[in-house]
Amino acid sequence: MSYSQTQSKSGAGYDAGVQDYRLTYYAPDYTPRDTDILAAFRMTPQPGVPPEECAAAVAAESSTGTWTTVWTDLLTDMDRYRGRCYDIEPVPGEDNQYIAYVAYPLDLFEEGSVTNLLTSLVGNVFGFKALRALRLEDLRIPVAYVKTFQGPPHGIQVERDRLNKYGRPMLGCTIKPKLGLSAKNYGRAVYECLRGGLDFTKDDENINSQPFQRWRDRFLFVADAIHKSQAETGEIKGHYLNVTAATCEEMMKRAEYAKELEMPIVMHDFLTGGFTANTTLAHWCRDNGVLLHIHRAMHAVIDRQKNHGIHFRVLAKCLRLSGGDHIHTGTVVGKLEGDRAGTLGFVDLLRENYVEQDKSRGVYFTQDWASMPGVMAVASGGIHVWHMPALVEIFGDDSVLQFGGGTLGHPWGNAPGATANRVALEACVQARNEGRNLAREGGDIIREACQWSPELAAACELWKEIKFEFDTVDTI
Amino acid sequence: MKTLPKERRYETLSYLPPLTDQQIDKQINYCLQMGYIPAIEFNETSEPEAYYWTMWKLPLFGATNTRSVLDEVQACRSEYGNCYIRVVGFDNVKQCQAVSFIVHKPGSNSGSSFRY
Repeated sequence: MSYSQTQSKSGAGYDAGVQDYRLTYYAPDYTPRDTDILAAFRMTPQPGVPPEECAAAVAAESSTGTWTTVWTDLLTDMDRYRGRCYDIEPVPGEDNQYIAYVAYPLDLFEEGSVTNLLTSLVGNVFGFKALRALRLEDLRIPVAYVKTFQGPPHGIQVERDRLNKYGRPMLGCTIKPKLGLSAKNYGRAVYECLRGGLDFTKDDENINSQPFQRWRDRFLFVADAIHKSQAETGEIKGHYLNVTAATCEEMMKRAEYAKELEMPIVMHDFLTGGFTANTTLAHWCRDNGVLLHIHRAMHAVIDRQKNHGIHFRVLAKCLRLSGGDHIHTGTVVGKLEGDRAGTLGFVDLLRENYVEQDKSRGVYFTQDWASMPGVMAVASGGIHVWHMPALVEIFGDDSVLQFGGGTLGHPWGNAPGATANRVALEACVQARNEGRNLAREGGDIIREACQWSPELAAACELWKEIKFEFDTVDTI
Repeated sequence: MKTLPKERRYETLSYLPPLTDQQIDKQINYCLQMGYIPAIEFNETSEPEAYYWTMWKLPLFGATNTRSVLDEVQACRSEYGNCYIRVVGFDNVKQCQAVSFIVHKPGSNSGSSFRY
């Protein structure tokens, strides 16, 4: 029995020669199965290469194909395994750019392995000569494959219950200067932020275990800061202890120590650390009741160019499969890149259980997560109190808003800076719940709160002139 | 420049001046609009990891207007004025708690020790 809808042409015997991919990997009549993994590639062929040929080559190189025919092809049912380009759409407004849709049979991939998934889908094919450029825009992960992954260790609901924080975004802050503080001075900065009203502080991504601050010293002083601020404020506090390390063994050692100190959350850099390490850590986190914050250093190398690389929505989906309770998504309004509709599209893909196709938001495929826990969106980078109404409006409750400079740069120090942010946040949440329009009345809401909060008034005075108005490079 | 005083806090909306009954009414209205089931909880202390406070009666499953919820808040206040009291909201679709905010602190009727 053949598992495919298109027939193999290999019955006649072995005929050596260079492959014409178009014959076997371009299948416009193919109807994707519910269990197929679907990919949408933005494809720019080299001049003179027809799109069908190019798309067939993409399907071939990312699945079973190699450049020439080999006799061992005849020992298998290739139709059962080949990827197929089943549709090609020209991109409006572009001369020579197409979205190529490719369906891959489930059997091509190992269960529960993002590493294997990406090695196939975005391996050699991106260097293929017939292509000028190629970008993986989106993936449809079938429920059958989703169910082979653990996913986020805890997810949004469990995190809220564990931290006792409901009905509002959470607040964070990355401790600065990012490099060079002693462990004790670092813990001081953490304590001040947390006692002022933040929920989390964060290790910068490049803080691992350097000569000026070894990891164990940092963990100890940060633990003290957390316990003290928690006792003082009566609220649960956390610090993303970065356990990213040179080896998995070292990473696990640091995670174990964080647990021993009763720390609620650790942190990992999923792209530089790699998906194998990330998935291992995510499994450990579920087994040990530790939340997992994910940073995304290196993502812009992969996702920023519109015509080449991998869109962040794919990396975000891969992270949800591999496991993480938080991930950075950009802010839309701050100093870092991010188109609004596109950002909200992948924020939905991170948090919701079922997301309908909506190409205006970059969602090429309907995605059913089959009750896999959601990932909290983290907005961080160049934001301050005046951005608060827009952030609450854009990201909603299931997010962490991280003000680094916007907390530590307060003229009175970290604790008043933290209070300013918390007051601004709660004023916005209260106003939203009362039915006020944050987009229109945001400025008024912040100014009203300044009347009774001197900390917020001082922050508003300092940052009133700062705006970030550049065109985004990658728009939908 | 000012030093931030050490103060106990009580999670969402506790960095605002204590809510008036009118403001509480609006927050309850939000719960009902969102389809959440309101409930009232009270406790003698407010330790950060005391997850369970004592329930005041049962969640108000049939509540259709804010008045009925606010009346229960008032009844809880008069019986347990020496306790912390919060309103919570349950989302039975997502199967989790979605809302929690403080509506009463012990002694808050007689000279508040709170700055705001």
